[in-house]
Amino acid sequence: MALPFEKPIDDLSDRIEDMRAYASEQNIDLSEEISLLEGRLERLQHDVFENLTRWQRVQVARAPGRPTALDYIQSVFETFTELHGDRTLGDDSAMVTGLALLGGRSVVVIGQQKGRDTKENIGRNFGMAHPSGYRKAMRMFNMADKFGLPVVTLIDTPGAYPGVAAEEQGQAWVIAESIQRMSQLKVPAVAVVIGEGGSGGALAVGVANRVLILENAIYSVISPESCAAILWRDASQAPKAAEALKLTAGDLLELGVVDGVIKEPVGGAHRDPQATMRCVGARLEEELGALSSLSETELLEQRYARFRNMGRLESVT
Amino acid sequence: MALERWFRRKRPTRSDDNSPAGLWLKCDECNAQIYRKDLEKNLYLCTECGHHYKMPADARVAMLADAGSFERWSGTIKGADPLAFEDTEPYVKRLERAAERQKRPDAILTGAASLQGEPVALAVMDFFFAGGSMGSVVGEEIARAAERAAREGRSLVTVAASGGARMQEGALSLMQMAKTTVALEALSRAKLPFISVLTDPTTGGVTASFATLGDIIVSEPQALICFAGPRVIQQTIKQDLPEGFQRAEFLLQKGMLDDVVTRPNLKARLALYLSLLRGTLTPTATAAVGGEPGGAAV
Ligand SMILES: [Zn+2]
Repeated sequence: MALPFEKPIDDLSDRIEDMRAYASEQNIDLSEEISLLEGRLERLQHDVFENLTRWQRVQVARAPGRPTALDYIQSVFETFTELHGDRTLGDDSAMVTGLALLGGRSVVVIGQQKGRDTKENIGRNFGMAHPSGYRKAMRMFNMADKFGLPVVTLIDTPGAYPGVAAEEQGQAWVIAESIQRMSQLKVPAVAVVIGEGGSGGALAVGVANRVLILENAIYSVISPESCAAILWRDASQAPKAAEALKLTAGDLLELGVVDGVIKEPVGGAHRDPQATMRCVGARLEEELGALSSLSETELLEQRYARFRNMGRLESVT
Repeated sequence: MALERWFRRKRPTRSDDNSPAGLWLKCDECNAQIYRKDLEKNLYLCTECGHHYKMPADARVAMLADAGSFERWSGTIKGADPLAFEDTEPYVKRLERAAERQKRPDAILTGAASLQGEPVALAVMDFFFAGGSMGSVVGEEIARAAERAAREGRSLVTVAASGGARMQEGALSLMQMAKTTVALEALSRAKLPFISVLTDPTTGGVTASFATLGDIIVSEPQALICFAGPRVIQQTIKQDLPEGFQRAEFLLQKGMLDDVVTRPNLKARLALYLSLLRGTLTPTATAAVGGEPGGAAV
């Protein structure tokens, strides 16, 4: 399960475990040696994770065991009540939606859901929504507006599904509509990129007042693999493409695409999901609290300005 | 979201090729030998079979704007290189070369015009500039055109031709989808029509943003219109795609377009839509508008 660059970390923590087992078996005191190794482990984790390449972060963002949208929904939110279906085409399980409490406040929550194992992943189409998923999200936006409930979206998708039915049902049309509908919300909206923010399929539920990203999550216009296949004509150049695309949390903060980065525990969210989720929950409450003082007009204007000003331009001389 | 075609060595026939070797071309559709000058005089339609070639942005403006009415807005801004992007060559080099060849700073031409007397803002994408990909400049010009149109009481007509988002600007190019979308709000509030014309090809981030948010959406015959390109889908599902998949006529059947309109009829059709939506059509003017109301022109 470990990512390639995690091997030295895993080896060292295995050694510590072995030493512990040996100490208790033999009933001898190795606590000094163990704490020495633990110190070394912590430094090693820091060194590896402070210096991750962009491609390594892509791997962390996709790592098995990383908390998924439903993990957050079940641990950070209370009394989550799932609401199903788009009332037109079906119920897309790659997009989970419902009502819940967050810090005592009723909210509408929308999460892009990858599977936690292979079986669930297949059931959830690897987190790639069909038009039905975006229609369901738009139904939730309508409900949020009607009842004045804030919206929280959890973004984690390789992208909108590229398939025959998806295209026939207007994948592009619903993404555009969802972007538009979300931009018109009269209630506060906060989006968190928790894993993979894959292109238009992610942005469709990312037009929020505040857009946050986890430290090892990514948000990109195209996957490094597809980018490499087009620009280098070789998908195995994905690490190079990941570097070029500047898709990490730090890069996106610098570009103004995200407003804040939520730190992950050393070793990544998959090493300590509980701590990660607590952090995200606290941050969400804080952001919603801050936004709750804004009027409808202020919320609309802030969101408009946030997206209207995206991009870098130069004057023609 | 691919610019596959732009980077592919073997390209389809370039209707803007002005090299000596490009004097004659063989029609992609019917194989007829066509003299390039005839193609240009014929709105870039095959003189034999009517196949719709990609139309350069200036020719498109000349076709849609009433004579002498076009006043250019775009051209004062150009792309930065926010990512210092480099693949097989630096992004700035690609931009410079494209700008020089296309004689504009980026893949879009916007301006004010009258269209059979209707005041419009035209925003025409230039596919021959980096595959018509949408980065910060294209997004900004479209947003400005929409907002200025709203201020000046003009309808907006966009003509899309795009390989999608410009990946050399990373997530900032993705954000142009939201930028162009929020800018359309000004037109809506002013109750001004936005008509979106989709031409071959309209794909990726352009299809999934402003281009499919028109009050009326029409396409030229046979245009490829999609979110994910056919190659990507084929790789995903590992099956052959249905006949005509993602082409204009197919999407019309699926309910995604208002109509498919041939190029010679496009201007009259746009004028008809605009005047009906704005309530400026009078019975006597109907004869002058012409067109083929009611039917899908193929
Ligand atoms: Zn022909």
